[in-house]
Amino acid sequence: MNAVAATLRQSWVITLRDLKHWQREPWTPVFGIAFSVMLVLVFGYLLGGAIALPGGGDYLAYLMPGIFALSMMFGIEATMSAIANDSKKGVTDRFRSLPISGAAVPLGRAGADLVNSAAELAVLMVGGLLIGWSASGSVAATVLGVVLLLWLRFAMLVLGVFLGLTFRGEGGVTAVQVLVWPLGFLSNVLVAPESMPGWLAVLAQWNPISATAAACRELFGNPTGITGGVLADHALLLAALWPAVLTLVFLPLTARAYRRLSR
Amino acid sequence: MSLPPLVARGLRKRYGDTHALDGFDLEIESGAVHALLGPNGAGKSTAVNTFATLTRCDEGEVRVAGRDVRKEPAAVRSSVGLVGQHAALDEILFGRENLVMFGRLYGLSKSAASERADELLGTFGLLDAADRKVSTYSGGMRRRLDIAAGLIRRPALLFLDEPTTGLDPRARNEVWQTVRQIVDAGTTVLLTTQYLDEADQLADRITVMDAGRVVAEGSPQQLKRRLGGDRVLVTAPAHADLDRLAAALGGTADAELRQVTVEAGQDGGAAALTAVVRALDAAGLEVDDILLRRPTLDEVFLHLTARDAAPTGPAPTGPAPTGPAPTGPAPTDTASTEGALR
Ligand SMILES: Nc1ncnc2c1ncn2[C@@H]1O[C@H](COP(=O)(O)OP(=O)(O)OP(=O)(O)O)[C@@H](O)[C@H]1O
Ligand SMILES: [Mg+2]
Repeated sequence: MNAVAATLRQSWVITLRDLKHWQREPWTPVFGIAFSVMLVLVFGYLLGGAIALPGGGDYLAYLMPGIFALSMMFGIEATMSAIANDSKKGVTDRFRSLPISGAAVPLGRAGADLVNSAAELAVLMVGGLLIGWSASGSVAATVLGVVLLLWLRFAMLVLGVFLGLTFRGEGGVTAVQVLVWPLGFLSNVLVAPESMPGWLAVLAQWNPISATAAACRELFGNPTGITGGVLADHALLLAALWPAVLTLVFLPLTARAYRRLSR
Repeated sequence: MSLPPLVARGLRKRYGDTHALDGFDLEIESGAVHALLGPNGAGKSTAVNTFATLTRCDEGEVRVAGRDVRKEPAAVRSSVGLVGQHAALDEILFGRENLVMFGRLYGLSKSAASERADELLGTFGLLDAADRKVSTYSGGMRRRLDIAAGLIRRPALLFLDEPTTGLDPRARNEVWQTVRQIVDAGTTVLLTTQYLDEADQLADRITVMDAGRVVAEGSPQQLKRRLGGDRVLVTAPAHADLDRLAAALGGTADAELRQVTVEAGQDGGAAALTAVVRALDAAGLEVDDILLRRPTLDEVFLHLTARDAAPTGPAPTGPAPTGPAPTGPAPTDTASTEGALR
């Protein structure tokens, strides 16, 4: 068997194992979805009435793609805590003592997390349709939007594996759980950056998650709330590039962290 | 193949200021149980993890069946099994699922993996619990499953890092049985332990280590012989004349313990005990307690690893323990126990 096929086979075994965890203890993924649904309710109905979009448009239609992107980003917590948990329990050490590829465990994790995120996205989209959101773009554009969302999730996965391997203590996971909030909200996900003070607006525009959310709004035919700035012309490009940059930077670091793991 | 299953030379590993391994040497013979005996922090896990390619040493060389762990880690991994100090199982999966998963990672097909899993579950008496989450297992069951997982590929060399720490006597016995089965099946075992009776029970050869170095090495008998033969310990009543008692018995007195130690001669412990009783009777002396003591590995251990604490108990006929244990150059693994102790 050649090395690539063997690695894929080993990754698949790990993916099945990770998926079985959710089958046995479904609360983690169910809670993840419930959380996104809650955000839709809070921002769509509770606060949405008070939020005016620059350039006009329905706020709920603006919000949904933002929530999609946000839930992809928040997935980093699940990845990180699963990885940290494994290495704390010693399972990672056993994996490392087996004659398997070093890439198999992270790749397997990636497979499982992408399945989970795709399911979460499907639930959110169907839920969105039920409350009046719709994607009015072409089928191809809609599919591209979904691909860009999962692409962001993939970058978050790599980052999550890296963080999970590097900061294994309880503190590490908690820190990320807290940090994702300001990082997630400092974007165009919930409100248009135009309503923010100048320097914040710049930061929010350059947030990777903003690029994905803006690109999806364009592709789904939803209001973008954009009146200028980089995302006005380059949302798609940035939505493709940002995750690529993150992956390129953190994939080697992750491989290194995995090799260097030792207790 | 006549290559030794494992040879390690001059291993050094530092963690900050701690020398976890400080010039450690080891050679293991094929088909035997080799015990690595040492107190907490001696460097046992560091050594084993280095052998299993999990940890990289700063200096030194390790060859497993002739292969360098640094240059050919993949080849080494496929010929050894590691059962680490802490159970490395998936708690959410069932026992059987754990074994099947590890089997598949070893490259077995689905059916081969589940066949092997059933076989191992049977061997280790876990069939009844096979379809339960590992999180519901007792410590002993977990340990057995953990060992089973290390045996999936029938490794030529199996590392067991403290396989019985934290187990009750019954579970410990079960693990001992397991280890004997493994060796009978042809696997060489390197086990680490802090328990002397465990090394005594299981090992053909024992390496005593402390502070990252080898302190002594030999068979259990050789190590015990280091402390001389049997002896009779006589405890005197509170106000008795200890020196008179010692003179009557031909032994040495220890005022603190109110004890007289009589070394047994060539005729062995029973003869010495009889002689002591006769002498007591003849002199009309009363005593509180009479004890026949065989040297235990505990004593060997305490002597060899004594650092600042002075060794307790009567001094044996052998050389007196030398303050901080390994002061001289590290003994080589081929040195006799006499030489190793210095
Ligand atoms: N990852 C690490 N970081 C820092 N120090 C370490 C690390 N691993 C081991 N040490 C130190 O190295 C020394 C040897 O540790 P090791 O775990 O090998 O001992 P051990 O003989 O297995 O002990 P125990 O019986 O408690 O398991 C100890 O002083 C320990 O604190
Ligand atoms: Mg240890």
